[in-house]
Amino acid sequence: MSPLDFVILMALISIIAGVIGSLVGLGGGVVVVPVLTLLFHVDIRLAIGASIVSVIATSSGAAAAYVRERMTNLRAGMFLELATTTGAVTGAYLTTLLPPRALFVFFGVVLAYSGIAMYRKRHAVAPLEVSTDRISNSLNLHGSYYDEAEGREIAYRVTGTKPGLAMMYVAGMVSALLGIGSGALKVPAMDLAMHMPMKVSTATSNFMIGVTAAASAGVYFARGQINPIIAAPVAIGVLAGALVGSKMLGRIESKSIRIVFIVVLAVIAIEMFQRGIT
Amino acid sequence: MLSDAERPIDDHRVRQAELAISLVLRIGVSVSVLVIASGLGLMMANHPEYISKLSYHAITRPGASFPHSLGALIHSLARGQGRGITVLGIGLLILTPVMRVAVSIFTFIYEQDPAFVIITTIVLAILIGSFFLGGAGG
Repeated sequence: MSPLDFVILMALISIIAGVIGSLVGLGGGVVVVPVLTLLFHVDIRLAIGASIVSVIATSSGAAAAYVRERMTNLRAGMFLELATTTGAVTGAYLTTLLPPRALFVFFGVVLAYSGIAMYRKRHAVAPLEVSTDRISNSLNLHGSYYDEAEGREIAYRVTGTKPGLAMMYVAGMVSALLGIGSGALKVPAMDLAMHMPMKVSTATSNFMIGVTAAASAGVYFARGQINPIIAAPVAIGVLAGALVGSKMLGRIESKSIRIVFIVVLAVIAIEMFQRGIT
Repeated sequence: MLSDAERPIDDHRVRQAELAISLVLRIGVSVSVLVIASGLGLMMANHPEYISKLSYHAITRPGASFPHSLGALIHSLARGQGRGITVLGIGLLILTPVMRVAVSIFTFIYEQDPAFVIITTIVLAILIGSFFLGGAGG
């Protein structure tokens, strides 16, 4: 296969990564990394570098639409970025100190647990009407969004900022340490700990993952893990996919988004277990 | 002074801020795609073997040569290499979220929201610090 064939094929496959990533608030690494390593036999380190670029592409491409449509909770996102960026910097420092295999297994367990907790919550869809969370009240992190599938404006209150911040810190660390899975922890943090509506959680996660990834991208670039011939088609394909996905989110029912997310979460958890054990 | 919760939110300003942030993201994404695509195009045009003969493994294997420091990137750009332009485009894409955070500081000033001006400034400082960390630690 020539480099040109590789570029075209990889760009086409990355469109799928962009659509899924923008819908469920992840970076598309779940598609990009296994495709690169298993199908194209690219070194895992270079695949992770491309995955970081894919996260930024999904985030920027989809967030442009979600912010305009007020699906993103800008204030909550900005506030939580305090924790994700700090976590990402910590992770970049720890990367040579911690055994990656044990980390993969550990986060595999965390993701599997979050998936189960999110599945249990599938029938509880009513947003909070009152919040006693002091941080969230004083910073006014509450919001509302127009749900196209339900045809009405949905107002919600945000709670659990402290456990939310803690989970975001871990999400930032994971992103820097393993290069994947940052959105996989952000969505449960907002959905489970902070009681934000599912679609707002995925849109806000989308908004945030770009900044988290950018905080570790410098390290990946300097280490020579961002090979342009691999990252370029991924970036272009994912951006195209994110444009499509961001037009779909409003129209799909929250429950379906939740189910898709849980399935993707299960796939990532299995991927992590595999890399931790083999 | 009123706290954030008590002050009436100026909807018009909030809306303008949202549109500004969305615009920054759209510009960042569009410019990066254009630069990345031109870089890829130039790479293919300068290396006819990329289109037919060569196996992609030769340039995707570990140790394949491409710029991964600022110095090497500038050198590659000066020589008009496609791979340098592609890396530049990817760099612009990576900088897009950083730009978004930087612009948010100004939108929060415009919204007269001091708490968020501080929060966003801290996030930007951490982000910029992380790039230096990358340069030094890599």
